Amino acid sequence: MTLPATPSQTVGPYYAIGLSRRSENELVPPSDAAAVTLSGRLLDGEGDPIDGMIEVWDAVSARWGRSGTDAEGRFSFAVAKPSGGADGQAPRLDVHVFARGLLKHQLTRIYFPDEAEANAADPVLSSLPEEQRQTLVAETEEGALRFDIRMQGGRATVFFAVGS
Amino acid sequence: MAQTERPVDSEVEVDWPDYRSTRLRHPARPLVVLPGRFADLEGPVFGDDALEPHDDDLTRQHDGEPLGERIIVQGRLLDDEGRPIRKALIEIWQANAAGRYRHDGDRHPAPLDPSFGGAGRRLTDDEGRYRFVTVKPGAYPWGNHENAWRPAHIHFSLFGRLFAQRLVTQMYFPGDPLFEFDPIFQSVRDPRARELMVASFDLGVTQPEWALGYTWDIVLGRGRAATPLDPDA
Repeated sequence: MTLPATPSQTVGPYYAIGLSRRSENELVPPSDAAAVTLSGRLLDGEGDPIDGMIEVWDAVSARWGRSGTDAEGRFSFAVAKPSGGADGQAPRLDVHVFARGLLKHQLTRIYFPDEAEANAADPVLSSLPEEQRQTLVAETEEGALRFDIRMQGGRATVFFAVGS
Repeated sequence: MAQTERPVDSEVEVDWPDYRSTRLRHPARPLVVLPGRFADLEGPVFGDDALEPHDDDLTRQHDGEPLGERIIVQGRLLDDEGRPIRKALIEIWQANAAGRYRHDGDRHPAPLDPSFGGAGRRLTDDEGRYRFVTVKPGAYPWGNHENAWRPAHIHFSLFGRLFAQRLVTQMYFPGDPLFEFDPIFQSVRDPRARELMVASFDLGVTQPEWALGYTWDIVLGRGRAATPLDPDA
């Protein structure tokens, strides 16, 4: 017998009271030799910034972090590129997006721009049309990683559901 | 017979025009369905170092006691097979008894309470149980539509064992007359699923001469497959 799940509701505008009490956006210490800054903006269907929160999970190394967005919708993390997973999976970070106006958090992925070969072989990434694939690969920008999350529009980020 | 009833639909309508801010913020494209093995991906684990003293008693985090109706909220965190989820991080936040959040963005002209911060966190125990002591939050107005008021609620953030069990939701109080007018509550279309967000008054949890008790069990699903990926898309 399967129990019905408790439904989702928005984090609302005041999530920072409960979820940003402490700084948790360093998956690795910024001083770590492998550390790189990952930042980007969370944007709505008109390109305007969203007040929300991003959680990032590196399942291979069991590293987790989260970052609220600022007035420009910007979030920022210190991350290290994980190794790839089994079955030809390219290195990636799993991402949850939360926001006021978003009644259920959304799942996406961040792949790495210097892994062209692994990305081409990744079973999930390679199953997508090229223009959608591009929305999941971070860009290199002045030695850091840049990954914008667009909820809607022509360049909307791909969001996933977990199959059963 | 129960077997012939439609299963409870716990999904929320992310594109829900009655809640205006959803319009430009919901994912407009169909979700891409990941292979089932990703449902088994484990999520982050938190330890006692995530906690501070009195994190689970919001009435003892300041020098004085907060104003309002002192309450106990307790329950169990379960997976969708009814198994307890142990040592799972639960975080809560809420308005004070007057309906005001301790947040720069909250402009509701109701008083802040110097003795109330409104945030709590704890890990579930070995039976998946949790317990918070707090004050009952007030209803408050919001600008969504004319004369819009949120029913009293406590925000809950939950991590399960699995990454796909992540949930952020709101716990409501039984019998609130604002339910029928609240587009956030109503964005869950199945009324049986809406009831899953409403705590029960529990005289057994209520402590004489001290605090009313509410029980609220939380069930973490694993998300749900939406529109399958169209291989020709």
